[in-house]
Amino acid sequence: MNKLSLKTFTLLQTVTSVGLSALAWMVTGVRPIWNGSLPSDRQRIYFANHTSHGDFILLSACLSEKERAITHAVAAGEYWGKSRLRRFIAQDMLSSVLINRQWTTPEENPIEIMLSVLDQGHSLILFPEGTRNMTEEPLLAFRSGLYNLSMARPQVELIPCWIENMSRVLPKGQFLPVPLLCRVVFGAPVAVGPGEERRAFLERAHATLLALNPRPERDD
Amino acid sequence: MRHEISILIIGLLAVLTTASIVAAILSARAPKPLSSTLVNLTQRINAWWVMVALMTVAFFFGRYGMTILFALISFAALREFVTLTHTRRSDHWVLLGMFGIIIPFQYWLVWTAWYGLFVIFIPVYCFLLMPAITALHGDTERFLERIAAQQWAVMISVYCVSHVPALLTLNVPGFEGRTLLLIAFLIIVVQGSDVLQYIFGKLFGKHRFSPNVSPSKTWEGLIGGLVSASLLGALLSFVTPFSPLQAAAVAFVACSMGFLGGLVASAIKRDQGVKDWGHLIEGHGGMMDRTDSLVFAAPVFFHIVRYFWTV
Repeated sequence: MNKLSLKTFTLLQTVTSVGLSALAWMVTGVRPIWNGSLPSDRQRIYFANHTSHGDFILLSACLSEKERAITHAVAAGEYWGKSRLRRFIAQDMLSSVLINRQWTTPEENPIEIMLSVLDQGHSLILFPEGTRNMTEEPLLAFRSGLYNLSMARPQVELIPCWIENMSRVLPKGQFLPVPLLCRVVFGAPVAVGPGEERRAFLERAHATLLALNPRPERDD
Repeated sequence: MRHEISILIIGLLAVLTTASIVAAILSARAPKPLSSTLVNLTQRINAWWVMVALMTVAFFFGRYGMTILFALISFAALREFVTLTHTRRSDHWVLLGMFGIIIPFQYWLVWTAWYGLFVIFIPVYCFLLMPAITALHGDTERFLERIAAQQWAVMISVYCVSHVPALLTLNVPGFEGRTLLLIAFLIIVVQGSDVLQYIFGKLFGKHRFSPNVSPSKTWEGLIGGLVSASLLGALLSFVTPFSPLQAAAVAFVACSMGFLGGLVASAIKRDQGVKDWGHLIEGHGGMMDRTDSLVFAAPVFFHIVRYFWTV
């Protein structure tokens, strides 16, 4: 099957995760708002809106050190696997899980890779929009990964997380962040209902996430 | 200066200790679960302990401590202000400049006591250059609203706040080496006025001052707060170059400006549809929620002292 195996958290990863969380706090004063779920070290898939490279750093800064150690962001392999440096940053420093959106061989099947992470008892951060949202729309339509994962591993909790303001802190194409206050709203878990269709579930999860936006009329 | 500092610190500790004891007794007697007012009161007093501790530490580091502390306060306040305003992707460089250039440069001017540039750098040069940069980007959507918000953000959170450490650059004859006490006087009187207005408002408040802007501000709170804060100013005249009467008058002007600052801050929050500026200080909201009155009082206090007491 596939070769992805998760080693224990290395010193480099611990230093990176503590350092980035402290940096995220200093720049954005980030604070989690637990609105329907609570911090927990049980296995979860956190799914969030995606507007900036900083998104998963902000989200993981809201988790405890223990949870962060077993939580991996799912990132685009075409981008983060391109050069040795990017691969080093994504995999060795940030312990992200790289998937290829244009996969060809069975070993590259993104769902299989993510399932293998879940089967090792770890959690995932997933951006079901599939890519960073650069449009005026607050949230793009979801791809089907979330549904497939939930059907295959129904015991894993799906937690919607609305990341506020990160698109203003670090817009696409910029490297220096503007320090603005950010919040991450964690909502109540969603699960695929009995006999629920793929489309219906994805639309429901989409609506649940969108409803967490604390300032919908000001999202600019 | 040692003697005056000891008296100020002992006085503050006595006030805070009394407040904590009163809050503990009230909480012990009140029915459980505690009302939100009592919970908030305890949170506020605890936050005051932390703020007084931080101020004291900064105080002992003298000019370094004060300049760095207020630069950080400007940073936190500006961050809260800009978060509430409408910005667009094309504002990125202007916003970066506000945090990365304007704050350090303005506090460098404070540090080097370059008065001539300190008073005009933001209201003249930044006010002209910031909209110019935005115009060069070519994004004119809601242009006036965006630049006005950015200019007010740096005016309030950087320019006004920087007048507090700038007090250290004033040369008051017969008061050499004691200018730190001017900062202590300003902060104790203005923040004291806030607390006293809150207490008088809670005890006797009936007639709303401006229900559209801030429902919690009352005439009784305002008058009681201003009178008692002026008395506090007179009592503290021993740490200032002022006579007791002068100290009361200066305190009255500073606290009146502080009241107006709170009113303006409330109007901005109401316009933006939020209750607090942020969540930095437990029980108080954000940095701007705590410093709005100081922000308005500082430049006026600075110029009064500069005009009447320096050579």
